[in-house]
Amino acid sequence: MTADRSVLPSNYPPGDLAIWIFILAELAVFAIFFAAYAFTRLQHVALFNEHQLTLDREAALINTLALITSSYFVVRAVSAIKVGDRRRCVHWLLAALSMGLLFLIVKSVEYVQHYSEGINLSSNIFYMFYLSLTFFHFMHVIMGMVILAAIAVMAARGRYSRQEHTGVESGASYWHMVDLVWLILFPLVYVMR
Amino acid sequence: MQYQSQAVAKPYFIAAIALFVAQVLFGLIMGLQYVVGDFLFPEIPFNVARMVHTNALIVWLLMAFMGASYYLVPEEAETELYSPGLATLMFWVFLVAAALTVAGYLLLSYSTLAEVTMNKLLPTMGREFLEQPTITKIGIVIVALAFLFNIGMTILRGRKTVINLVLLMGLTGLAVFFLFAFYNPENLVLDKYFWWWVVHLWVEGVWELILGAILAFVLVKTTGVDREVIEKWLYVIIAMTLITGIIGTGHHYYWIGAPEYWQWWGSIFSAMEPIPFFMMTVFAFNIVNKRRRDHPNKPAMLWALGTAVMAFLGAGVWGFLHTLSPVNYYTHGSQITAAHGHMAFYGAYVMINITIISYAMPLLRGRNAANPLKSQVWEMWSFWLMTIAMVFITLFLTGAGILQAYLQRMGENPQPFMVVQEQISLFYWLREIAGVIFLIGLVVYIASFFVGQNDPEATTAS
Repeated sequence: MTADRSVLPSNYPPGDLAIWIFILAELAVFAIFFAAYAFTRLQHVALFNEHQLTLDREAALINTLALITSSYFVVRAVSAIKVGDRRRCVHWLLAALSMGLLFLIVKSVEYVQHYSEGINLSSNIFYMFYLSLTFFHFMHVIMGMVILAAIAVMAARGRYSRQEHTGVESGASYWHMVDLVWLILFPLVYVMR
Repeated sequence: MQYQSQAVAKPYFIAAIALFVAQVLFGLIMGLQYVVGDFLFPEIPFNVARMVHTNALIVWLLMAFMGASYYLVPEEAETELYSPGLATLMFWVFLVAAALTVAGYLLLSYSTLAEVTMNKLLPTMGREFLEQPTITKIGIVIVALAFLFNIGMTILRGRKTVINLVLLMGLTGLAVFFLFAFYNPENLVLDKYFWWWVVHLWVEGVWELILGAILAFVLVKTTGVDREVIEKWLYVIIAMTLITGIIGTGHHYYWIGAPEYWQWWGSIFSAMEPIPFFMMTVFAFNIVNKRRRDHPNKPAMLWALGTAVMAFLGAGVWGFLHTLSPVNYYTHGSQITAAHGHMAFYGAYVMINITIISYAMPLLRGRNAANPLKSQVWEMWSFWLMTIAMVFITLFLTGAGILQAYLQRMGENPQPFMVVQEQISLFYWLREIAGVIFLIGLVVYIASFFVGQNDPEATTAS
């Protein structure tokens, strides 16, 4: 936000091209999963509607806010490194990580709740999709946090600067992807009827 | 050759090619038995020929992987191999074990072989691809451990490149997943799970890492493109391979008694398995286009690009053809599977091994960079003969498979297996002819090692 674009070389897409190819592939997997969910739902509308009500929408809303907030923090981290402020960059990354951790905790509580109710992948087709989709995304949150943590460590060690911060942008792009997927998953699975 | 100890790769490569010949010969025998049922009966029954065909393939691919590792790891690590003596010793152990096992298949009945090798003490025999007597399996583990130790110590001692680390990861996975071959539960569903953890996690998991590492090595060497660029691609490719490949194991769980959700998990993730192969194709052509020099070893480059294309077609496209569970419901275990198996193994693993052999052999034989022109021309002919023959084998088997699935499982009046086999015999004959051309290609390939050896070495200008 505070970066002076006129001095920086143009850089689009931000980060490494390789991470974008990876993001594209990841999004393709989620897209197919979402499409499979949608088409299956068409055949079992009543069942999907009935069991959707058993999901914890408040928890999911908290998680949505947590991920959006974390994405904002990541944006601040990128802005910080663009003006060469490594310390701030690390702080914002840690803040984003804490939001990621909040997401994991809330989602885990939900899983424990389902588990205690005896719900599993074989309960019915709705729960199969709900558990598969959210767990696959859950693993991506962990993966994204590992990437953010790695970037934070490298930033703290002075690997990035005002001129060279491709790594921060790559990690940030990946994290935004994790956030974006949730922004589709949340309404699709928890809310839309 | 930059390090003396790289020379231990040579016997591995030679033995690998010899076993390749055996594999193809037994393939031709089986191919003929499809249409002339009693050919060579009772000396070599179909089941024995099949066992030799598939086991020879696995063993020669492993041998070539080991040769490739002994060649490229010292060069990448910039140090001599930890113990060349151990590598040579293990070569002979492996070769003798493989020869004895094949002799056992051919000379004894399978039940007698099980008895004399004391399978009863730790029963591991009798499963497709893992037919080896328990004692051979133990031998494989010993060879693999000694190999990993040798390679691991070399890497620890020297420069740690991404190529070496990805290769080591793949090789370690190869050794670890083989251990499931020793677990043989009574419950057939469980048995199938563990069996697939060897078979699938090898060819659609860790072997792909080995493939990626070898391809990256050859491309670094022949194109002179920055290592950093190649490494970045390698990271992305292996990440996608593992994400899609590991959960993609589910496409083997459709009909074995596993829970229903595997229909979805297996279909979705294995539908994504072509992606890393596609990336590999884009990667290889991209790197070759960016090349900073023209390497005089043209066949090595041809094999490298061929690997990328054929692996995508064979493993990616032909795998996708029958990976979705509603499709697989009809095609499971039909000739479609055989079509995919042939092109995937050839395109991914046979070709990558020939790629590294093609690159390394001239150097191992004391040349500066490449073979004489005549030898190169012969080798490139063999590339086209074998590759085109394999495309036709695959197409004919696909035709046979589509017809088989239709007549036997889909039509108005589904017909019995053997009745259908009779009706698709034309495809089997055509496949056999393509197989003979493949053998001719292989002979040309072997001849390329001997022709024009006294000519001067090819240079970039030629």
